[in-house]
Amino acid sequence: MDTSRSQILNALRNSRTGIPFSESQDLPKIPVPEWNLEEKVERLKNRMEAVHTEIHECTEKGFGKIFREVIKQKKITNLLYGKKTNWGNKLEAMRQRGPKTMPELIPYQKKIEDCKETLFSVDAGLTQTMGAIAETGSLILKPDGQEPRLLSLVPPIHLAVLDSKRIYSTFGEAIREEGWSRPMPTNVLLISGPSKTADIEQTLVYGIHGPKQLILFLIR
Amino acid sequence: MDNPCLKRVFTKLPEKRWVMFLDSGELETLRNLAGGIRRDTVSRLPDLLEELEPNCQQNGIQVHWAQTTEEANSIVLNIARKADAKLAVKGKSMVSEEMELNHFLAENGIEALESDLGEYIIQVDHELPSHIIMPAIHKNREEISEVFQKKVAPAKKSDTAEEMTETARQVLRDKFRRAELGISGVNFAVAETGTLCLVENEGNGRFCTTMPRVHVALMGIEKVVGKLEDLPPLLTVLTRSATGQPITTYFNMISSPRQDGEKDGPEEVHLVLLDNGRSRMYEDELLRDTLLCIRCGACMNHCPVYTRIGGHAYQSVYPGPIGKILTPQLEGIDTAGYLADASSLCGACVEACPVKIPITDILLKLRHKKAQSKKEHHWTELEGAKNLFEKITWKGWKFAFSQPWFYRMQASILSRTAQFLPDQLPMLRSWSRFRMVPRFSEKPLHQLVEEAGIAEE
Repeated sequence: MDTSRSQILNALRNSRTGIPFSESQDLPKIPVPEWNLEEKVERLKNRMEAVHTEIHECTEKGFGKIFREVIKQKKITNLLYGKKTNWGNKLEAMRQRGPKTMPELIPYQKKIEDCKETLFSVDAGLTQTMGAIAETGSLILKPDGQEPRLLSLVPPIHLAVLDSKRIYSTFGEAIREEGWSRPMPTNVLLISGPSKTADIEQTLVYGIHGPKQLILFLIR
Repeated sequence: MDNPCLKRVFTKLPEKRWVMFLDSGELETLRNLAGGIRRDTVSRLPDLLEELEPNCQQNGIQVHWAQTTEEANSIVLNIARKADAKLAVKGKSMVSEEMELNHFLAENGIEALESDLGEYIIQVDHELPSHIIMPAIHKNREEISEVFQKKVAPAKKSDTAEEMTETARQVLRDKFRRAELGISGVNFAVAETGTLCLVENEGNGRFCTTMPRVHVALMGIEKVVGKLEDLPPLLTVLTRSATGQPITTYFNMISSPRQDGEKDGPEEVHLVLLDNGRSRMYEDELLRDTLLCIRCGACMNHCPVYTRIGGHAYQSVYPGPIGKILTPQLEGIDTAGYLADASSLCGACVEACPVKIPITDILLKLRHKKAQSKKEHHWTELEGAKNLFEKITWKGWKFAFSQPWFYRMQASILSRTAQFLPDQLPMLRSWSRFRMVPRFSEKPLHQLVEEAGIAEE
């Protein structure tokens, strides 16, 4: 295997000598849009709603009421979430105050090998988001020990919470501001809508392998 | 000759793509930027690969190098055997098609199941993909429904796209749960951070790279990029060019296997870097531009030939204009060089390419190379007895075209009888296996001209 490595690299390196390389020219710059918060929110909503994301705007205080309404309307009886997270704590408090209007809360606490049954049978999963990208209408998720990677993939309804102050204009801006370059988080996801396919006669169908619905609570 | 499926799609798709780039100034700037990044990247390819490897390893990703597809296959098989895998779920990967990996794993007792809906349909029906982005584009809904009835879930009603999608969802979710191995491609690998990036809409890619205990990512060596900052322009031209979307549903950046404290994600991540002729392309300054390709498929969607004949006609893993320049270089000019001849050089692909690959220039260069190689190796053979059939054909053609009476007689006989020739005639079979046989017009051109009242001069 080592010889393959050196042979490939040698072949590439040998080709380099003798053939002039075009100096990397100055690359054109794409102007970064200067959107204010309202414009970013509008853009994000337009983009995400265009791909079947359901968006509920609310204040942090008003979250409880809207959340309960959504739960009732979607008939969500149980909800997988991340324990010891900001919004996880809020859910637990809400459940304590009014257990009748809240779904059963199931923390994602076991290793995947030991909780597949639960993961594949819950009605919905809730995650926080690290931010969002207005230009493309994308949520930024950084799964970790509290909110594992599959929490936003397996349950048929994905509920996500986004602080509107964390909306970036572009992906490029997000990369710079989040300071990812090193070390990168184990997994970073951009999610722009529920899963979809158009492999049968180009007919767009939502809900193929991942979530069938994406519901965003946009906290103002 | 026209496949109605293709016709419908390919009038819609280029429109969708152009809507994405409404401002032609923006389009040009983006193409220059994306093309510039790819050119810069490819010119530093060995350096970037040597940067990518240690950064991946530091993240816990195991890196393997393969010169040939055979070597890559055996690397994957070893990993699968160590993982004691019986079932592997696969995300879309053109490199795995190059390797004919599914076939190879099956021979070794491991089921490799495609999970992208289009790829799944094709695999279940024992076909090959006809497009790199939309593998089942040549099939209509009724045909796919039949595949579902016969081979996927006979008990389920699967008539509409929605019903079939739901059926596939249920069948494949069970497989994702059980598979010990996940196999994926790589759209971009970021050298500075050791990050593998995957672009997809369905979520099957995320399943394959997250659920099974072991994940193997397959990547052509040219897919590396330098910095994270290179990603946004490349991602945007890729998704807009491929399917006319501002972004796909998922952009998945994987930097390490499951870490301490994490509850899911694969325990092992392997990256297989495949050469398979790419370093040979690197030798030539022009042919090297083949490596700029980001596999968006725009050249196919805009090609007047591809959109009429479909992907199977090319009889190679990569169809369309990119296939015509890629396949002869991967498989060798002597075996696949003929693909470079099958182009009118109209240049629609060059205009569509988001990274500005000079496809027509490369085609000409390949034709030149092929001619040279023939002079060196095969010329005598071509003129020899082996091509007696070809010789007779040309002699007959010459005779027919120099004797008007014979030409007319032949044309009128053929126009009346040729449509009764069966497609499966041995002489026609190598053509008709993947293509429709062209039909003679019922009336010869001379007759049509006469009837139209145009006087012969």
